[in-house]
Amino acid sequence: MSNDLRASQPKTSEITAKRVWQQRRTVLQSLSATLLRGRVGLALGGASLLHHAHAQASVLTPPKPTGLELLAAAPSSFSTIEKPTSHRDVVSYNNFYEFGTDKEDPALLAGSLKTRPWTIRIEGEVAKPQTIDIETLLKLAPMEERIYRMRCVEGWSMVIPWLGYPLSALIKRVEPTGNAKFVEFLTLADRQQMPGLRSSVLQWPYTEGLRLDEAMHPLSLLSFGLYGEVLPKQNGAPVRLVVPWKYGFKSAKSIVRIRFVEKQPINSWMQSAPREYGFYSNVNPEVAHPRWSQASERRIGEDGLLSRKRKTLMFNGYADQVAGLYAGMDLRKFF
Amino acid sequence: MLPSLISRLANPSQALKRLVWLLASLPFARWVYLISQDELGANPVEFLTRSSGTWTLVMLAATLSMTPLMRWTRSNRWIAARQSLGLACFFYGSLHALCWAWFDQGLDPDLMAEDLITRPFIALGMAAWLILSVLAASSPTWAKRRLGRRWKPLHRSIYALAILVVLHYLWHKAGKNDFSEAGPWSALLIGLLLVRLRFAKVRQRFHARGSHEG
Repeated sequence: MSNDLRASQPKTSEITAKRVWQQRRTVLQSLSATLLRGRVGLALGGASLLHHAHAQASVLTPPKPTGLELLAAAPSSFSTIEKPTSHRDVVSYNNFYEFGTDKEDPALLAGSLKTRPWTIRIEGEVAKPQTIDIETLLKLAPMEERIYRMRCVEGWSMVIPWLGYPLSALIKRVEPTGNAKFVEFLTLADRQQMPGLRSSVLQWPYTEGLRLDEAMHPLSLLSFGLYGEVLPKQNGAPVRLVVPWKYGFKSAKSIVRIRFVEKQPINSWMQSAPREYGFYSNVNPEVAHPRWSQASERRIGEDGLLSRKRKTLMFNGYADQVAGLYAGMDLRKFF
Repeated sequence: MLPSLISRLANPSQALKRLVWLLASLPFARWVYLISQDELGANPVEFLTRSSGTWTLVMLAATLSMTPLMRWTRSNRWIAARQSLGLACFFYGSLHALCWAWFDQGLDPDLMAEDLITRPFIALGMAAWLILSVLAASSPTWAKRRLGRRWKPLHRSIYALAILVVLHYLWHKAGKNDFSEAGPWSALLIGLLLVRLRFAKVRQRFHARGSHEG
């Protein structure tokens, strides 16, 4: 165990980057505050201001696609100090099958996604079923920036500065009943906007699920942005889940419905290949995927052509926080 | 000497060979350019592995197309391209195998052995590459001459190779149920094999009729 922890420590050269990042964040925050205050200015002659902000930001952070507003968020103690993956890689290398199965497809094709108006319907075992508008949802709790590791089941990983707030804030608001044991997330499935739905790779809508205590865990994030800006469409705009100790596919994108249920829901990948994908899908280097080992991973942008892959950590390095959720469970059986 | 040079340059089969080599080297040239520009994308290992796999498929399909093309156009000039395309297939196939062994597995024999066992589609790919290597090694004219009658049956193992490649690709994509690209490629390769069954049948009928009449 201690060996694993040591393996998770980044090089000192990576740690020094933190100050730089915090600096960038402060700059971004002050910029976004300026933008918010100057709403009128934005509406009138704001194009240049926004342009200026992007020009400013691009000195400090990788270039951003234009037209995205910035979101203000406070830093979080849950953030890793590892070096975030470049903005370019985060927004151009995506699995979002509603827009195609190639990693490049979402960035190329997600432009057709309409993120306004947007609502999330909340139903099932809750005292207060309701439909919440995205604007209300954005203001439901204070935004935080959480820099999380993200481990894809395919064997690669990233470090992403997400913006959002704990999913628990939304759950508390709708007051789950005693029967609510699981939370099911249903995502947008609109053929008009999503060319990938024509393929039968998965059954649509893409569905994911968490146990209620997993959903209530402080690490589980409802995310609205990344890198200081509103979520790019290819990353699951306007609202997605981020569950950092599970394989990436558990973090459902473009959510439109949340159901509180008594029985364990069947997520899309389980439905497609029950032998290969389980309900829990916790990152676990000791439990191999039936067709490949999960013991190591390639960090996008860092582990290059000739450098070795790095070791995958139990619960993606979040064991201290989440191992208790699975005490006494056989993680080979409940993979 | 000069007349022979002129005839060589004007020789259509030589020209075709050169054209094939030029076209077949373009994907490799593109990689060199992309690497020099740092434009391989977020996951360079995946990019090179998949790209080399795709070009191996292209070259294999092109190689297998030459014999049918000879029949349909009633011209044997395509035979000159077949050897070059086969060697190009070996070139990209080798790079594909190298991407796995070197970039993905770090040339670690234990890791490689484990991967061959846990991922059968890797083993299939390896088997295909071994056949490909034998075919490439026996491709030069001197080898052909030395093998004599055995050359043709040996090189028919390209059919087994094609089947292994199809299985390798389909199996790789089976995990995510995604046959949008692997499906059409498999259909093309299987089609190129089926065409040969038809040739064999025609040949048989021809021989049967010939003997009857004779």
